[in-house]
Amino acid sequence: MNLLIVLIKIFLMIAFLMTMAVLLTWVERKQSAVMQDRIGANRADIFGLRLLGLFHPLADAVKLLTKEDFVPPSGERFLHGLAPWIAFTTALAAFAVIPFGPPIHLFGREIPLQVADPPIGILFVFVITGISIYGVVLAGWASGNRYGLLGALRGAAQTISYEVSMGLSIIGLLMVFGSLSPASISEAQGGLLFGFLPRWGVLVQPLAFLVFFTAAVAETKRIPFDLPEGESEIVGFFVEYSGMKFGMMWLGEFVEIVVMAALIAVLFFGGWQVPYLTPAGFAFPGGMMIALPRGLILGMQIAAFLGKVVFFCWLQMLVRWTLPRFRYDQLMRLGWKGLLPLSLLNILITGLVLLIGGT
Amino acid sequence: MKEGGTPQKTLTFLERFYLAEVLKGLWITGAHFFRNLLVHTGRALGVVKKRRGAVTIQYPEERRPIPPGYRARHRLLRREDGSPKCVACMMCPTICPARCIHIRAAESPDPTIEKYPVEFNIVLDRCVMCGLCVEACPVDAIRMDTGVVEMSAYDREEFVTGRDFLMESTPADERAEAEE
Ligand code: SF4
Ligand code: SF4
Repeated sequence: MNLLIVLIKIFLMIAFLMTMAVLLTWVERKQSAVMQDRIGANRADIFGLRLLGLFHPLADAVKLLTKEDFVPPSGERFLHGLAPWIAFTTALAAFAVIPFGPPIHLFGREIPLQVADPPIGILFVFVITGISIYGVVLAGWASGNRYGLLGALRGAAQTISYEVSMGLSIIGLLMVFGSLSPASISEAQGGLLFGFLPRWGVLVQPLAFLVFFTAAVAETKRIPFDLPEGESEIVGFFVEYSGMKFGMMWLGEFVEIVVMAALIAVLFFGGWQVPYLTPAGFAFPGGMMIALPRGLILGMQIAAFLGKVVFFCWLQMLVRWTLPRFRYDQLMRLGWKGLLPLSLLNILITGLVLLIGGT
Repeated sequence: MKEGGTPQKTLTFLERFYLAEVLKGLWITGAHFFRNLLVHTGRALGVVKKRRGAVTIQYPEERRPIPPGYRARHRLLRREDGSPKCVACMMCPTICPARCIHIRAAESPDPTIEKYPVEFNIVLDRCVMCGLCVEACPVDAIRMDTGVVEMSAYDREEFVTGRDFLMESTPADERAEAEE
């Protein structure tokens, strides 16, 4: 029975992630177009029906599936095939510890709305994103292409540099909430700060949020941190990929965006928490109470979580279509001389405040 | 500083810090996003009529108007009796920088005219649309006012336009009038 529940949850999670990723390919085209006063891809149609270009992902899928799957003769066949799987599955797996909503009670058992809730959930995410570097490095190396290798090296250097700041930036947060499990971090953000502000991570740890967000964008290897890809100069670590293998790399990137958005939502924006919504209904700071039925509250909380994820996907797209790419030295300077000291400073300040404040 | 180079603008601390600049940039693009989204929705609902959410011209369906004087595909003019106005003086092939006009002249049956073109080929895939042929013509026999800007073909031979084809082309404004 437990296994069945977990399987259902895994299925739902993958379905959610894939839908989001596919939709994001459409959003990326359309959002960039709207931002740049264009119309964007709208030509794919079924019987003359265009639906704002929503069929383009479908057309992409058909194209990618029917394309030749080419392995360069100088490449390593096995590793070349393995790399997209690593990139893709690690992106999916990281989502396993993200709680969609509060635990629900169904047929007398408590079902947490997340695939797995290990006590070290956050570490799990970092471990998985750490492994995902292998996808990049293997892809670059197994292609037997110098440009691919260059991209892979850049990718590895960048991911490692930013993973440090990313990990350190949330330590302050972990100190405040006293837990490594995303579920209890979400839970803890339901409280109030000074009696009227929601106790969200971003209000408790604004500096950490900035560092984390920057590092998260760098982790997804998109503009302004797209040096591993560097479309205009080296094409990147997946230069020798075609067909569905490229498709997996590409979709993996979008899944990663969703995962990062979810992670930011869970860590800094209360996860599934709606401000002032308690398990009994709304409780505003003035003492006003609005009681609500259980199901509605649950629905609102899940919707809040999804809304936050969608918002942060949107924000990442906005950043991607606004900023120019960093130069390599700027990238390294920002990582090691900017974000790293800032995250260390954040730990120091948090520690001092906790020591003095006692909470 | 390198000699002769333009002096670099030194960045202020805030600009170096980059965050404020990032936010400024995001503000601009975000404002574009929301404004255009609003206009798009307004147009879809029929509320907004005048403003457009995008500068896109959806090409095969929508076209940019071709301004007068635009150098489009050539045409050869005729006399009243339908014979070519061109007197095969070879001015245009001489001036053509792309050397893409090929004329074979013959004696004109009309005693007042010396020569006329038996063949008049313009190789369009070589033509650079400079309009010098039009300028050079002493008798105003060639013009580039057809308004045809789409010149495409599946092989090179199709780009060689013959005399009769050029004579049959009509100017764009005439066609527009005929449509009205
Ligand atoms: S437009 Fe210029 S290039 Fe073309 S035929 Fe005339 S002179 Fe030659
Ligand atoms: S310049 Fe005019 S008249 Fe002379 S050959 Fe060309 S088109 Fe004919």
